[in-house]
Amino acid sequence: MMLNYVLRKCYLLIFVTLGVTIFAFSLNYLFPGDVLSNMTGNLNISPELRQILSEEYRLDQNVIFQYFAYIHRITNGDWGVSFINDTSIFNQVFHALPATIELAVYALLYSFIVALPLGILASDSNRPWLDKPILALSLIGFSMPIFWLALIMILIFSINLGWFPVSGRLSLIYDIPVTTGFMLVDIWISELPYKMEAMLDALKHLIMPTFVLAAYPTTVLIRTTRQSMQNVLDTSYVKAAKAKGLSNFQVLKRHALRNGLLPVIQMLGIHFGTLITLAMVTEVIFSWPGIGLWLVDAIHQRDYPAIQGGLMVMSGMVFVATIIFDVIYMIFDPLARRHGHGKI
Amino acid sequence: MVKIKGLIKAVLVMFGVTSILGCDIEQDSELASKTLLYCSEGSPESFNPQLVTSGTTIDAVSQQIYNRLVKIDPSNGQVVSDLARKVIVSNDAMRYRFYLRKDITFHTTDYFTPTRNLTSADILFTFSRILHTDNPFHDVGGGQYPFFSGIGLSQLIEQIIVVDDLTIEFRLNDPQASFLANMATDFAVILSAEYGEQLIESGQKELIDQKPIGTGPFKFKDYKRDHYIRYLKHHDYWQSESNLEQIVFDITPDNSTRLAKLLTKECDVLGYPSASDVGFLHKRKEVDIVETTSMNVSYWAFNTEVEPFNNPLVRKALSYAVDQNAIIDAVYFGLAEPATSLLPPTSWAYNGDSYISRYNLQKAQELLNEAGYSDGFEMDIWAMPVQRVYNPNAGKMAEILQQSLKELNIKVNIVTYDWGTFRKKLANGEHDSVLIGWLADNSDPDNFYRPLLSCAAAVSGSNRSLWCNDDYDSNVKQALSTANQDKRKIFYTNAENIITREVPLVPIAHATRHKVHHNYIKNVNINPYGGIDFSATKKGKQ
Repeated sequence: MMLNYVLRKCYLLIFVTLGVTIFAFSLNYLFPGDVLSNMTGNLNISPELRQILSEEYRLDQNVIFQYFAYIHRITNGDWGVSFINDTSIFNQVFHALPATIELAVYALLYSFIVALPLGILASDSNRPWLDKPILALSLIGFSMPIFWLALIMILIFSINLGWFPVSGRLSLIYDIPVTTGFMLVDIWISELPYKMEAMLDALKHLIMPTFVLAAYPTTVLIRTTRQSMQNVLDTSYVKAAKAKGLSNFQVLKRHALRNGLLPVIQMLGIHFGTLITLAMVTEVIFSWPGIGLWLVDAIHQRDYPAIQGGLMVMSGMVFVATIIFDVIYMIFDPLARRHGHGKI
Repeated sequence: MVKIKGLIKAVLVMFGVTSILGCDIEQDSELASKTLLYCSEGSPESFNPQLVTSGTTIDAVSQQIYNRLVKIDPSNGQVVSDLARKVIVSNDAMRYRFYLRKDITFHTTDYFTPTRNLTSADILFTFSRILHTDNPFHDVGGGQYPFFSGIGLSQLIEQIIVVDDLTIEFRLNDPQASFLANMATDFAVILSAEYGEQLIESGQKELIDQKPIGTGPFKFKDYKRDHYIRYLKHHDYWQSESNLEQIVFDITPDNSTRLAKLLTKECDVLGYPSASDVGFLHKRKEVDIVETTSMNVSYWAFNTEVEPFNNPLVRKALSYAVDQNAIIDAVYFGLAEPATSLLPPTSWAYNGDSYISRYNLQKAQELLNEAGYSDGFEMDIWAMPVQRVYNPNAGKMAEILQQSLKELNIKVNIVTYDWGTFRKKLANGEHDSVLIGWLADNSDPDNFYRPLLSCAAAVSGSNRSLWCNDDYDSNVKQALSTANQDKRKIFYTNAENIITREVPLVPIAHATRHKVHHNYIKNVNINPYGGIDFSATKKGKQ
């Protein structure tokens, strides 16, 4: 059953990916300018080179063949070169991606750590005085535009108090060799004399972007957790457990938590796309050198091959994350396997 | 009650953790105290200043990596010795013999280890590349040497003779008053011939401009486009060794981010603060502002090869639409003076009588009617995307012009690209008109007249008007052929009159140049004629 479910999800992933590649491919024709330039990233194509490239990109054949040639190229890592700096889009994308993943993962972790206890506390009918402030806090966080939050934080914590840096992942003082692309890991495995200093500096750089990016998922999680825990605590089996004389903590641990957190996982999956969009905004404000900042730069400079590459990676990330959250949800909720048809 | 106490305790612990993470950790380690962070406004186009004229590149590269035969003393504008310990000029001013210093070492990096010190062969190699089209490196990097083409170096130099290992002689075709001043510019950097040979052998000639080797106080370590440049100290530097172990150029095009980085000490020195921020920075006691009267001009150049700008009447009409006072208030926040000539008033050749721009829309309309454009037309004004010392906000300047021109029924489209693309397209002559400027490389007035408007500069790309006037060229050439300053001034006045008549460009303002740094930084040298020099900079306790 489980394998069947995962296979169905993968099946869906293939179709959605195909859809995205068709869209990205069509952009070659929809963007202004020469189709071959849009495909290759080469703006100055000599007539001789045009002949060679036209054959390689099957421009002399119909659009179906061109599409398959395109699929062949992108699966081989040939995503063209940037209009602006003539470097491989593939390398650029996968150079920038770890920074975004790092930021998104820390933000999600932070959301879990902060939101779940607050959500559970807010759902506790024995402490009604906690419910309203937590809800109010989450409402403020939910309705505040994150670019504004980021700017306010920069103004207070960076410019006025001087606690945190305003941009980047690490002070340029430190020259950390890139091994995995994940800054904290790279610092940890490096053997530099200033390793601890660099680590502290990287953490200082992480705090504000993580907090800003986490604001939205945290508030969503608080409200979802609260609602779902209230529903669970209201069920007969919880009441029965309480009647048996179990303590509040035991009820929470044995009966309520697992069932109460199921919708939270599902909600996270649904909101992952929004999280990625917010990550782009966060990256731009904090000059965080991830895929979001890279893509916004590409859009600014009308770098069409880069826009296509960024689009595919961003949408790919959202699909994969949604499917992972779905599978996790299904692992915890056997009932979900009954609705085993893949959906995004 | 117990629960409330527990809650208060938890909140206090949370605040405690936050403040430990958040406290201002003094970056006073060995590395931090010996690293200078400079927030620059753009990426260099090359690591060889011979190939470009952009101030961004000069700031980032020229004084950090390289030396010149002679240099300009920033305090008085005089040419003084650098790699050459002595220069002997023949009586007829046609032969310049440079005596080089001994024991000058090139950089040792992970991509090059020199086996010998600087000799005349390196000087010959450097200038042969520029002068001789058959030199294996001539076409590397595009084969354009805009500054040297603009001053006609290849027509000027007859021969370069290696006298011995440490003596080299330049023989000129004609005497030229500005030759030494030009050899002292940030463009006349000396490269390593041995490195060139190594690159030829490995078939990687293009690296000469990408992974540079020089004799300067710092050596190249690492560059990430639009992100940073890292230089390390050159430990065998022939002059007093730098106090800094590394300099990092943090490339931050956005003004407000650059300012924020200065305030959070992510930058020690800030290049080109926005004019609007200078007043605010004056109030901050932790920063020092260095203000220099700079030899610069910001101007509006017309592409004289396209209609209707090939008509001097139209150009002149447009010059009357430039409201200099409004521009100086809105763009420079008063930190500039209106230009009345191509030359700033501090130049000895400045002629107070020349007066090009005078805001008068009625006169402009009359001239447009005369030129047959009474109904106006549509045009592009290209505005630089970066801040330069001569123009802190070209976009705003373009908007002010757009408003004035609207009164004349001229529809203006403001065009901008990223800096690299902008310059490339500009060099291709794809513009109608452009708001750009010039920062002089030496104290000689020739440095304004020839690079900006000579026929040679129209070919090499620094003449943004693509304007070529024989009469003008002849005056500028004659000014160069004599060392007599009074005679030269007459020729320059003639040249200025031709500009006033033909209006290939409209000079707009001469800006004051500012550099801002934290007060724990000492000895940041800004050359009024060129780039920024960190060789003597010290970083104290933050």
